[in-house]
Amino acid sequence: MILRTFGFSEFGFLVSALLWTVVLTIIALGGGGIVGFFIALARTSTHKWLRIVAATYIQIIQGIPVLMILFLSYYGLSLAGLQLPPLVAAGASMTIYASGYLAEIWRGCIQSVPKQQWEASESLAMTRVQQYRYVILPQALRISLPSTVGFAVQVVKNTSITSIIGFVELARAGQLINNATFQPFRVFLAVAALYFVVCYPLSQLSRWLERRLHARSHR
Amino acid sequence: MPEVIVENVHKSFGSVEVLKGVSLTVERGEVIALIGRSGSGKSTLLRCINGLEKINSGRIEIAGHTVSSDPRQLRELRRDVGIVFQSYNLFPHLSVGENIMLAPKIVKNVAKAQSRETAEKVLKLVGLSEKFDAYPDELSGGQQQRVAIARSLAMQPKVMLFDEVTSALDPELTEEVLNVMEQLARDGMTMILVTHEMAFARRVATKTIFMHQGKIWEEGVSKQLFSDPKTPELRQFVKADVK
Repeated sequence: MILRTFGFSEFGFLVSALLWTVVLTIIALGGGGIVGFFIALARTSTHKWLRIVAATYIQIIQGIPVLMILFLSYYGLSLAGLQLPPLVAAGASMTIYASGYLAEIWRGCIQSVPKQQWEASESLAMTRVQQYRYVILPQALRISLPSTVGFAVQVVKNTSITSIIGFVELARAGQLINNATFQPFRVFLAVAALYFVVCYPLSQLSRWLERRLHARSHR
Repeated sequence: MPEVIVENVHKSFGSVEVLKGVSLTVERGEVIALIGRSGSGKSTLLRCINGLEKINSGRIEIAGHTVSSDPRQLRELRRDVGIVFQSYNLFPHLSVGENIMLAPKIVKNVAKAQSRETAEKVLKLVGLSEKFDAYPDELSGGQQQRVAIARSLAMQPKVMLFDEVTSALDPELTEEVLNVMEQLARDGMTMILVTHEMAFARRVATKTIFMHQGKIWEEGVSKQLFSDPKTPELRQFVKADVK
């Protein structure tokens, strides 16, 4: 057996796989963001049943590993006759996972807008939709930025779990290269470094947003 | 027909009854001061009048609207009734001008140019014309409270409610807010104010109502009420304020 060594073209392969990690992250945050937004609204609704349904959804998603969601959507559905391509199964699973966490993060942000803001806008004869649109959500959005960006870091790293169903993102690409080169230290250090390159700026951004938020609220 | 009618209103929070059958009427252009110790129910009464708190029984009518729990009816009512709070409650993400123009624009569909004109007018009224583009956190407490008053006025209310609007302010800032309110009173606005400023109540309010233990304990023309209190509770309350 001839072993390849970890060289320039292997590194190139990792970089192109990193692109898929980023794509998957964008799908997860985009899809999860949309779903999570509505779950968060339901969670803070005045209707008791909407709140209960949303809370249950959040509890279930947060209470099971992403891996199980992934297995269910990939193996489970294929058994039921619906064979999803790995990208779709991975994208759907990460979307569901992200929606459960984003909903909870954003619920907290919506609820941290002081009650007096509701009263003041209500007293100006605004409808509930107008209160959300013009008064509550703009403030909640600002509060949510640091924690949302912080969560994005988690999503980037957790996309590695989709390697298990054969979706070739960064972690899976690392495994493939390692199988061909058997140079695990070089390969996985390179993989780790690539994750770091994406995550570190996001973490810094999150911290910067956090500081800015505090600076403004204490001015 | 009176501008405000409160009839035998009862209100409880859990098992605690905070309003025990309160009735009062306010004529157009009158200024009513609600005074009393904390816990006497005066703020709760004010909040019931614009529907922020639901009453358990009784009837409230204001500016031709009946207070109900129907959101649509409440919105109709609130187009005609402004309220200013102790903690100002300006929208921190909007500039002063935007704070004032928001509700007229989205609630009353007033055209942009016209809402700006109104905003400039009410801002001038409270003496803050130069702060149109400032943000709330760039203003002092007194300035913020004057903007809050301007924001309510921009809706062109028939009645204005003031809930301890100077309680969070230093004495010198209190003065500038009271001056604005006195000007409003002179211009004929119907006003109900919960206040601890006895001198202001005496000077500006046409009528003062002393609340005690969830009831109207004593009421009358302000000057008489303060100079000649009938009940020992009010006598003690007025005396405590002088000290």
